Amino acid sequence: MSPSPLDLLLTFCMLSLLAVGGANALAPEMHRILVDSRGWLDDATFSQLYALAQAAPGPNILSASVMGMAIGGWGGMALATIGILTPAACLAWTVAGWLEALKGAWWIKPAQAGLVPLALGLMGASGFILGDAAAAFFLAPFITAGSALFIWRSNRSPLYALLAGGMLGLGVFAIG
Amino acid sequence: MNEQRVPSTGELFLGFLQIGGLAFGGAVAWARQVLVESRGWLTEREYAELLGLAQVLPGPNIGNFAVMYGRRCHGLAGSLAAVGGFFLLPLCIVLALVLVWQEYGQNPWIDAFMKGVAAAAAGMALGAALKSGFKLKPPPEQIVAILVIAALAAWWRVPLGWIILVMGPICVGMALYRARRA
Repeated sequence: MSPSPLDLLLTFCMLSLLAVGGANALAPEMHRILVDSRGWLDDATFSQLYALAQAAPGPNILSASVMGMAIGGWGGMALATIGILTPAACLAWTVAGWLEALKGAWWIKPAQAGLVPLALGLMGASGFILGDAAAAFFLAPFITAGSALFIWRSNRSPLYALLAGGMLGLGVFAIG
Repeated sequence: MNEQRVPSTGELFLGFLQIGGLAFGGAVAWARQVLVESRGWLTEREYAELLGLAQVLPGPNIGNFAVMYGRRCHGLAGSLAAVGGFFLLPLCIVLALVLVWQEYGQNPWIDAFMKGVAAAAAGMALGAALKSGFKLKPPPEQIVAILVIAALAAWWRVPLGWIILVMGPICVGMALYRARRA
């Protein structure tokens, strides 16, 4: 069942404003709407496409583009991408404007400093959640811990940690 | 923006192009690496403050970050350059992957490699949070808040909207109280 272009665009626009915390928070809602309620995708396709979007570099919000492509080809991809990005970007633009207007207010600096725990707490939590999801083989938690230690204590590029992780994954597969 | 250097529009585009192209396993840790460590456009504190705001708003965290930081540097042109740079490479790569996936299905070797990368990428988010936390030296009440927020999100899996609605005002309130007393 293929939706009309407008329907597709508006659906992803609505998802955009629900995505507080980025795409990982959005995944359950996106599944509910695209698979359960609209029936535009089946369950297996959804989860495989989502994993694919996660494996690629860059923001996981692009899972929306991938879903759009599966639903409606290149046109669907373009509409889904525009829909998922535009409303949130307009909101961020507006908030950045308020920030500038309020720059002189005594409370704006401390209020922004108050958001630091949210940034760090959620960053750490996403590490735990991703680590849990990635713990598919016995070595995985050790790779996660080793990589965390490497990033924290060293100033070398994180790419070394990712490459080492990938090689260890290959090694485990070759042996096992 | 204090004494930090303001990048040109072209530099913004290239910087965010680099973040997007490198950002395996989420862009937050990579954005910190590029903006704070390798390019030095933002201090550790400026990065964490703007990121906190970007996370409270709906939409991709670093996407919001790019819009706001771009506007602060060069208005609309800055925002477009940062956002465009950020999404360009990942979009091309992920679409190429979909085409390959539709063609060849799943190769077990690639699958095994990607599982290892995923495990290391998770550690990257943890390591970046630790590194930022130790450099910023937040006051004790903020350290408690960081641990509570991480536990709510990772252990109890509380929906993010609730964490932000409840912990956001508490954290801002504590920071305002501290600023008033100082």
